[in-house]
Amino acid sequence: MHEGRSLRFYLLGGFFGLFVLFLYGPIGTIVVLSFQGPGGGLTFPMRGVSLHWFFNLFQPQMVGDFGGSVLRSLLLAVMVMAATVAISLSAGMAMRRRFPGSTLLFTLVIASLIVPSILVSLGIGLVFSQAGIETAWWGSAFGAQLTWTLPFGVLIMFAVFNRFNHSWEEAARDLGASAWQSFRHVVLPIIAPGVVGIALFGFSLSYDEFPRTQMTAGSHNTLPLEIYAMTTNVTTPVVYALGTLTTAFSAVVIVLALSAVAMLRRRRARRA
Amino acid sequence: MGAGARVKARRLGARRPADGRSHAGAWMLAAPLAAVLGVFLVLPILMLIVVSFLDYSSVQILWRFVLGNYADVLLSATTWRTYLHTFEFAAITWAITLFIGFWVAYFLAFEVRGSTWQMGLFLLCSVPFLTSNIIRTISWIPFLGRNGIANAALLRIGLIRHPLGFLLFSDFAVVLAYVHLFTLFMVTPIFNAMMRIDRALIEAAHDAGAGFWRTLLNVILPLSKTGMAIGTIFVVTLVMGDFLTVNIMSGGQSASVGLMIENEISLLQYPAAAANAVILLAIVLLMVGAILRIVDIRKEL
Repeated sequence: MHEGRSLRFYLLGGFFGLFVLFLYGPIGTIVVLSFQGPGGGLTFPMRGVSLHWFFNLFQPQMVGDFGGSVLRSLLLAVMVMAATVAISLSAGMAMRRRFPGSTLLFTLVIASLIVPSILVSLGIGLVFSQAGIETAWWGSAFGAQLTWTLPFGVLIMFAVFNRFNHSWEEAARDLGASAWQSFRHVVLPIIAPGVVGIALFGFSLSYDEFPRTQMTAGSHNTLPLEIYAMTTNVTTPVVYALGTLTTAFSAVVIVLALSAVAMLRRRRARRA
Repeated sequence: MGAGARVKARRLGARRPADGRSHAGAWMLAAPLAAVLGVFLVLPILMLIVVSFLDYSSVQILWRFVLGNYADVLLSATTWRTYLHTFEFAAITWAITLFIGFWVAYFLAFEVRGSTWQMGLFLLCSVPFLTSNIIRTISWIPFLGRNGIANAALLRIGLIRHPLGFLLFSDFAVVLAYVHLFTLFMVTPIFNAMMRIDRALIEAAHDAGAGFWRTLLNVILPLSKTGMAIGTIFVVTLVMGDFLTVNIMSGGQSASVGLMIENEISLLQYPAAAANAVILLAIVLLMVGAILRIVDIRKEL
């Protein structure tokens, strides 16, 4: 590793470092500011250090239905995660081979990714209102979020199966395994890290989704909708406290998922 | 069976008139995906198109065919100004994210040694994508405000005498937030394309006497074009449809197409919003089509 690094390495390394600082700096400041003293404002200087705004967050009069929105967001994220994993996995298995309609389906997956979210949200809202069905976070918003998470799930499946050695599966079939057995005992263990990745994307993208949920969530807000409402009418560091908590939660989810991937990889390497 | 033979076998398999049963299996496995996208993507977009031709009163949509919504949108000077402004946002954000994305990806792909470091640093860049966009946007407020960190620092080192007003609630703030949110969408596909470049090509270029810039221009740039195209599609479509960031960061003072649609929705003018949405969709698809004409991204997928 110690052969001479070029000047270019240090220049680009510095640029990269600044980029990372640019990515993480702002969130770092609001984490610090969320510990403002009770008299502190939205910016520096810090007027004391306290947990005041975190406690404030849990007092119902400060914000709307904060507790309820957290619960709904968590439940919805789990639902979207489960559906994203199941649907992407199944479609990924199917799309390893071409079949009539597979190109169209793939085009739709890509379209789902690049159609502006506000159009999806408005369109679903209109379909539901014209059909006389009430929008709800567990129905219309659930579907709206899937249009955002499924493309990521399917593309991850594609990446996984591109590196997948099909002779393992063929061997299982030659040894008399049924389609389900070869999937359950051969394919699934090999692609498990990719599946965890899909779960992570499904959960996180749903938990933080705003534009596609906005017109589809119905009368009960999810957490991002609640946060958005707060940004327009709350002028105390309580917004930062909420930002700190929810970002910390996302970070924990990411770390857990990455550890699971690392563990699965290690276990497989040990067996091989 | 070697990789080449396997690909060949699969191609043959694809061309073979397969028995109906194997297709039925694939269809069954793909059906849930098709159903979700059919109900929550295709149907809503068809609905948008239908509603965009409907009349409306102040309280409801009237099922009567009109062209007035499009006339209203297309004949209004505000619409054109707003579109122009949104294109401007998209162009500036595109240029900056492409520049940053290219060099960050280049650093990761060619300067960092060892795949553990490469993947570790790449993850470091991509983690924020899985956190809240709203929080990431508002986290700029204490930075950019009149009494914010940027102004305080500039005042202290004596670069300015009065706090700069344009840092927050301005077009500058909007573009800054876009770059912050969307650069990752450039880094990932470009990094992916660069990782696929055969290192022997670069060595060959060096052996043939090409310097750094020459190699960059004649080898790396053409081979990462597909990655740049995919990144461009992401960034441009994200900016064109955004209303959240522009609303928060401009403090409601700047306009964008997304915000215009959002305002019409809040006024319950759904057919007007739908007409606007259909035009936006057509423009976005044209832009994507143009990019695909220049760069063939199919081999990347």
